[in-house]
Amino acid sequence: MSKQFLTDSKALPFCKGCGHTGVAQNTERALQQLGYDPLDVIFVTDIGCHGIIDKNLVSHTVHGLHGRSVAIAGGIAAGLPKDSNKKVIVFIGDGGATIGMQHLMIAAHHNFSMTVIVHNNMLYGMTGGQPSEFTPEGFNTPTTPHRSSAGAIDICKVAEAAGAAYVSRIFGIGNFTAELAEAFSQPGFSLVEVMELCTSYGLKSNPGMKLKNLIEEAEIEFIKYTNETKKSSELPDYEGHRLSLITDQLVIPQEYTADSTHKISILLAGSAGEGTQSAAEFLARTAMLSGLHVTRKSHVPVTVGVGFSASEVIISKEPIYYTGSSKPDYILITSKDGLEYAMPRLTNGYKSIVYMDATLQTPETASEIHIIPMREKVGARNAALLSVFKLVTDSRMLSMESMISAYSQHKLAAKLPIDTFLDQLT
Amino acid sequence: MTHTTTSRTAFIDGSRLIVEALVQTGAEVFVGYPITPANLLYSYANRRFPTMMAAPDEITALQWMSGFATLGKLPVTATAFPGYALMVESINMALMMELPMVVILAQRLGPATGTATAGAQGDLNLVHGTVSGGFQIPTFCISNLDDCWSLSAKAVETAMQLRTPVVLLTSKEMVMTQMSYDLNRLTPLKKSTLKHYTGTEPYKPYHTDESLIPEFLPISQSTHQVRFTASTHNKAGILQNTTPEALDNTKRLKDKLDLHADFLLHYHYEEDNHAKVLVISFDQTAQAAREAVAILRQQGTKVAHLIAKTLFPIPQKYYEISALYSHIIVAEENLDGQYRRLLFGSAPNTNVSGVNAIGRMIHPDEIIEEVKKHE
Repeated sequence: MSKQFLTDSKALPFCKGCGHTGVAQNTERALQQLGYDPLDVIFVTDIGCHGIIDKNLVSHTVHGLHGRSVAIAGGIAAGLPKDSNKKVIVFIGDGGATIGMQHLMIAAHHNFSMTVIVHNNMLYGMTGGQPSEFTPEGFNTPTTPHRSSAGAIDICKVAEAAGAAYVSRIFGIGNFTAELAEAFSQPGFSLVEVMELCTSYGLKSNPGMKLKNLIEEAEIEFIKYTNETKKSSELPDYEGHRLSLITDQLVIPQEYTADSTHKISILLAGSAGEGTQSAAEFLARTAMLSGLHVTRKSHVPVTVGVGFSASEVIISKEPIYYTGSSKPDYILITSKDGLEYAMPRLTNGYKSIVYMDATLQTPETASEIHIIPMREKVGARNAALLSVFKLVTDSRMLSMESMISAYSQHKLAAKLPIDTFLDQLT
Repeated sequence: MTHTTTSRTAFIDGSRLIVEALVQTGAEVFVGYPITPANLLYSYANRRFPTMMAAPDEITALQWMSGFATLGKLPVTATAFPGYALMVESINMALMMELPMVVILAQRLGPATGTATAGAQGDLNLVHGTVSGGFQIPTFCISNLDDCWSLSAKAVETAMQLRTPVVLLTSKEMVMTQMSYDLNRLTPLKKSTLKHYTGTEPYKPYHTDESLIPEFLPISQSTHQVRFTASTHNKAGILQNTTPEALDNTKRLKDKLDLHADFLLHYHYEEDNHAKVLVISFDQTAQAAREAVAILRQQGTKVAHLIAKTLFPIPQKYYEISALYSHIIVAEENLDGQYRRLLFGSAPNTNVSGVNAIGRMIHPDEIIEEVKKHE
């Protein structure tokens, strides 16, 4: 005797004559034909009249949000082992397929292994019969009694374009068990659109209308489409990596000592793409080689690659809590963007020591300004790095040895000899 | 001069520690949709998580995560306000289905798209009000790099043990600023697991013992029928209207967190029996408060400091501590004191004041100034 998937296929919770009953009964028969065990089938139901089938199912059930059933089923399908014998079936209405159309496309695109059955009765039945994007021309609804004009979206074409392995549209009255069994047998993503009529709102708004006639008048075709490439392709693999992010390669051992005892804050202000962040990190690493505590806070505009690029570095013998520096001890400005960014700190009355590129106009400021032709000497991309060399050398906050050691580990070291910078310091 | 040391100091950001701790504690899947300032989390997750999926939007992200969670695989995502806003309905669903997952919310300046590259602490009301009906999502807030490790582990442990979505709240500076950090501070972490149903009777997915936490069975097994339902449901997971059993099941979602309040409680408290003023801080602002309190104490000013790490449900412990002081200052990077109002209400109260800012970090001097007004 075949295993039951429905508690009682003759006592389903739908209105008399509703097409959803036929979908449930034909689904059970198709699964029986294919020899599935009920607990090897996962039904994911959407919101809408069709979704109240859950309690009549003896398989696993997931009942989530309106329109999102295909998406949650996608997570299930992606998470099941590739050799799983589980069958994921999504029941969704035309309303759910409207609100969740992107999920349908994405599931088809990813070739998630599931069958989606769209119960298309061409309106929102649970809420009073409002039109969906599947309401065809010539079909009245209670809120569009004078006929909708936009016409229906062809979900089969949408799924096909998104790369579905198998798509079909079928007539939802009578026996369509074989059609469903064929869809359930497909590897990867399959979608079946079942054309139905809502007896409560569809028939009342369109007295005497026959489903067959409507389908003919709206030129809706019963089609079947198979994507042979997708069918035979491997199911997607979402295997990630497992290498620990915390390794001793990250450790910057203390090799030197530093004379500085107080907290020093340095603002580097330049332009995106000109090495400001990299120079700040170089300064930070130099300080860490000297056993100091360091923080580096970056600030960039929303669009990466244009405008200013700023970095605040704090160096201290004591642990650092607050990582900002509204009154930096040093400001290294290497471009016009950087000057504009640093301007509030140059005009706040605080006396910082400022290293500024020679191409920039000196602002009115209480700070001590040092003009250096950084861009001219080492180019725009290396000016920020030169400013750090200059700062460390002049201030003696860190030893020259620590800086040379840090540079030897810098990505530029292989192609740009350190003398490029050291020659500019005298 | 060469110097030897036993420390293992690295120059790292909080994102790296968060991702590593999540995986070491048992998180298996990262579903990401890129958004500033959570991009580093995405990037590290891509290198570390056993399963990594790039979602096409944040609603899909939460739905895919929920699908994985029905299989017993703990999923994680990281987002900022615009993404979290899209996730809200799906987080409600996950809470109702009692699906374990971790949502990292890296706050940035709003409203709307605001300034993606500026930090903020402006999403307290949003997180507190995420769930229809006032149900709370356990929310932990990171205050330094140590917390990036330990609270991430706590988030996974909580999600698994209480079967609930968990929010790990942070902000731009905490996940992006690099800091020197001694890796020896990282304590070994233990993998968390879900408690599975092992009985022989038919499984009722939402039946619980006195722990009020339902035992789990993955939807991939073939011994018992499993149901997950976002709608009001009975113990069998069957959609109900407002039957007493179904309403009891819904109320249990609150009772569950109340019962396990001690398990959820994380805070750091530096008491001072002679102080009049208590500073309450959280997230990045806790760093400014730590510095402010240290300076004040060096100056001889008496002040106590509470760093809130469990933000929601609001722990009763915070009220016990607050009752010991005549004035409370809540420092937070938002316009009008969101956590202060959630803690103490919006009615005028001369015993409570705030230090607030938007578009920039709160400076320790601002906290010092406010403390001195009330000491």
